[in-house]
Amino acid sequence: MIARDSERTPGAGSMSPCSDPAVSATLPAARRESGVGRVETDRHQFFAEHVARLADRLYGTALRLTRNSADAEDLVAETVAKAWAKLGGLCDPQSFEAWIQRILANTFVSEWRHRRASPEVAMEPEAEDDEGEPFSLFEKLHQPFLLWWSTPEEEVIAKFLREDIDRALDALPDAFRIAIVLVEVQGHSYAEAADLLGVPIGTVRSRIARARAQLQRALWRHAQDAGLLDRRVTAKDHDV
Amino acid sequence: MSKPKMTCEEVLKHLVAYLDHETDARTAAQMERHLEECRGCFSRAEFEKTLKARVREAGSSTAPAQLRARIKKLIEKY
Repeated sequence: MIARDSERTPGAGSMSPCSDPAVSATLPAARRESGVGRVETDRHQFFAEHVARLADRLYGTALRLTRNSADAEDLVAETVAKAWAKLGGLCDPQSFEAWIQRILANTFVSEWRHRRASPEVAMEPEAEDDEGEPFSLFEKLHQPFLLWWSTPEEEVIAKFLREDIDRALDALPDAFRIAIVLVEVQGHSYAEAADLLGVPIGTVRSRIARARAQLQRALWRHAQDAGLLDRRVTAKDHDV
Repeated sequence: MSKPKMTCEEVLKHLVAYLDHETDARTAAQMERHLEECRGCFSRAEFEKTLKARVREAGSSTAPAQLRARIKKLIEKY
């Protein structure tokens, strides 16, 4: 569980705003023209509005990372507290979302690595080797016996519910799930994800590939189990 | 000099990295050229793109009212 102590220590007031003159032109006019009090009010309003606008994305990302609503709420609150404390370092207001998402990722990864290092917590295997083979949902769907549909792969993917995707993501081993959330959900590059995780870029590449294979395998099984395919066909192809 | 054409196998090998914007400019250009001409690989790329979009959607969930209230209270203290 993430500690809530930092929620009690607002610190942005002690930090000076970004001093880059090229950036100041992008800030609201009131911030450039008025006194310190107005600047602080403006900064506060900017922060509150952006956090409120992004609350669903921050919470959704936190939920995928933690797989637990209480922990996700704590992670978002911790992130907001840290973001306020670091707001003076945000040079480009346009990049607020990427900036705060990175703080969220950093906060989660630090906590996760700390927990993994704890002797009380059993280490999750890096990879489930029985699930490690390449797998393509497209290839499973794009086969002659299914091509009586014009585009079976598109029709099946449209039938997956949001909860089907959530469940498949949540079932991934931690290392794979975190990598895919950093890259696909948050939009980090492989290099950024490697930096956040403290692993080589090749490890990120490998985790992403294996995460996708496991995710697609889970969705294929679900498509079979939920009757999204012709049962006469899937019955003979059930053992993947 | 025109760039050598990629085979479907090569496109498949680079597809994930291409969709993640992780290929170099030359490889990306070759991929694009192939995808413009090959219906099978184009369908595959479109499928993977759609699946990526569905996964990205999983990163947004309605924030519970108590979380919004907690954030509001937190920011009011600043």
